[in-house]
Amino acid sequence: MRSISIRSKESEQSAILLGDDPEINVDIDGLSFSYKGADSDKNVLSDISLNIHGAQLVSILGPNGVGKSTFIHCLNKILDPTGGCVRINGTNVQDVSIKDLAKVMGYVPYTSTDNFPLSVTDTVLMGRHPHSKWGSLDDDLRIVHEMLQLIGIEDLAERNFNELSAGQHQKVMLARGLAQEPRILFLDEPTSNLDVRFQLEITRMLKRLSRQKNMLVIMISHDINIAAKYSDNIIMLHGGGIYALGKPQDVITPDNIRHVYEVGADVIMDRGRPHLILIDDDDTDYDDDHEYYVVEKVAVG
Amino acid sequence: MSENLHSDSLVERYHHLTMRKLLVLVVSVIGVIIVVGLFSVSAYDNISLMEAYRIIWDHIMGVEYEPRTTEWWADRFIWNTVMPRIVAAIVAGASLAAAGALMQALMNNPLADPYSTGISSGACFGAIVALVLGLTITSTSGQSGMIVNAFVGAMIPVGVVILISKRMPLSPAALILVGTALSYFFSSMVTYLLVITDADTLQNAYIWQVGTLDTIVWSSIPMMVVVTAVGSAFVMLLTRQLNVLSLGDANAKTLGLDVEKFRVVCLIVMAIMTASIVCFTGTIGFLGLVAPHLVRILVGSDNKFVVPISMAVGSFILVLADYIAMTISDVPVGVVMSIIGSPIFFLLILWQKKGYGTVY
Repeated sequence: MRSISIRSKESEQSAILLGDDPEINVDIDGLSFSYKGADSDKNVLSDISLNIHGAQLVSILGPNGVGKSTFIHCLNKILDPTGGCVRINGTNVQDVSIKDLAKVMGYVPYTSTDNFPLSVTDTVLMGRHPHSKWGSLDDDLRIVHEMLQLIGIEDLAERNFNELSAGQHQKVMLARGLAQEPRILFLDEPTSNLDVRFQLEITRMLKRLSRQKNMLVIMISHDINIAAKYSDNIIMLHGGGIYALGKPQDVITPDNIRHVYEVGADVIMDRGRPHLILIDDDDTDYDDDHEYYVVEKVAVG
Repeated sequence: MSENLHSDSLVERYHHLTMRKLLVLVVSVIGVIIVVGLFSVSAYDNISLMEAYRIIWDHIMGVEYEPRTTEWWADRFIWNTVMPRIVAAIVAGASLAAAGALMQALMNNPLADPYSTGISSGACFGAIVALVLGLTITSTSGQSGMIVNAFVGAMIPVGVVILISKRMPLSPAALILVGTALSYFFSSMVTYLLVITDADTLQNAYIWQVGTLDTIVWSSIPMMVVVTAVGSAFVMLLTRQLNVLSLGDANAKTLGLDVEKFRVVCLIVMAIMTASIVCFTGTIGFLGLVAPHLVRILVGSDNKFVVPISMAVGSFILVLADYIAMTISDVPVGVVMSIIGSPIFFLLILWQKKGYGTVY
């Protein structure tokens, strides 16, 4: 069963970190976070409690600066929460070493540094770091190859990372995240630089992989329609907490969008999924003189 | 089936590229061997290059010559005049290059070098306190007192950086800025001491600042060799982690690397490696910054290759520069290296910008 719910307080399970356990259960209990500094008493996230159960695709939506990335960083220990805790199948993430956590959790960030760029193969190979041991190179390379194929970037294998476009970067980072063979994969806007075809393809693939590899995929997205089209569940953040969560059709509503994003919207249903149409409330008339504003191709020679 | 074939060819291709990278290593090692021969011939004119190699080989094998024969003299000259500085150049070159590659990877910054945390200015301060004021930690005057002073001085800035990073996590940029602040502090102390001293001391102090291998004697070698061997073996074991770190701190963490702890441990190793060289040779610049970059231009940025090949290239550059420094006499090796090395480095950057390589 794939479910998502506001966490009930009573669940305390035996301590095992996934391993061969086919079930995935992420318990977030009273999670709070504030950045040290001027506004130290102001929480970015305050008292978030929820339970995510089952291998599924979950999208996190919310306006800029609402704390989506911070939320994910608290789940995968890049940041230490200032309050509350995160349990995976009953084990507190804080009790698990970074190394052991990396065997279970993958992360595909929004940006990547390329001060010292490696080849695409080497970059994706890095995803094998938590698992690799002496003599595992050839096996690791085969997994790398499999992931490059899966994302459709085999032809880039020997290119240097810094020669690639933003969209290709994103695909390489995605391949790296998958090469880690995690049970839980976090992605920060994985399709933001991709063209429409790949936005659909990659998100559809993430959903497929969640089933095939029994993997919980949690992604941050600004593309509400893509999220609505593929997600099993959606978490909508607002004001440091959860504003709405549940099935796409329950979360993507005109009221929710207006409240959280402060824009008008119509929602139509398309193949059982909500589809958002934005409405610009500003009705300034720009006197569109189509005859005057022209961009056209010029014949040469 | 065809998928398997494909994936095997990726594996094969990967190993093939590895062989090409190792070629740079082999070429550098051959370069070192050639310069060692030239160096030896310059120590004793009456022998040929091949004879020089034979005499060195015989010495290593423990062959004794009849006293006062040409070979006996050649052996003595080679072994007592040039060999200490050759060995020092090879070891120092390797160590500074490895430390440079390590520092650049640790700081995720191509401008970092072994001296980025203020090691050079700390060492300088220690040495110049000994030179100008005659104050030494061991309370022995002369060379040995200065060496100990320089070593301790070199460790001070790193100690401060590490103490701070224990109390609060510092980003690589903050670490470098703290190092820069400490550098300025020590440099101003050094400048003050140099202003109040006499001309002779000033010259000695200045040569020390630029770096020289003239003062190297056999007794300096064991410590350099041992620290370099242990330190570089340590760095070699960590090259995979260094690669992971190049993805940025957050990424490295999610790939299972405890970034803060790793950085502190590596900084300590790097500091000891650099200090153990600098205290004997003075602050030889340029090499730690440039050798890893040269190697990246040639073989890419995978630290598995960058570290060992930088060591070989570093040795080659330093031993060649020292050979040139010695043959044109009285020019410190640091100066020679920068005068010849800078234009070459400059050309390589232009060359790879034209598309012959795309590291940066």
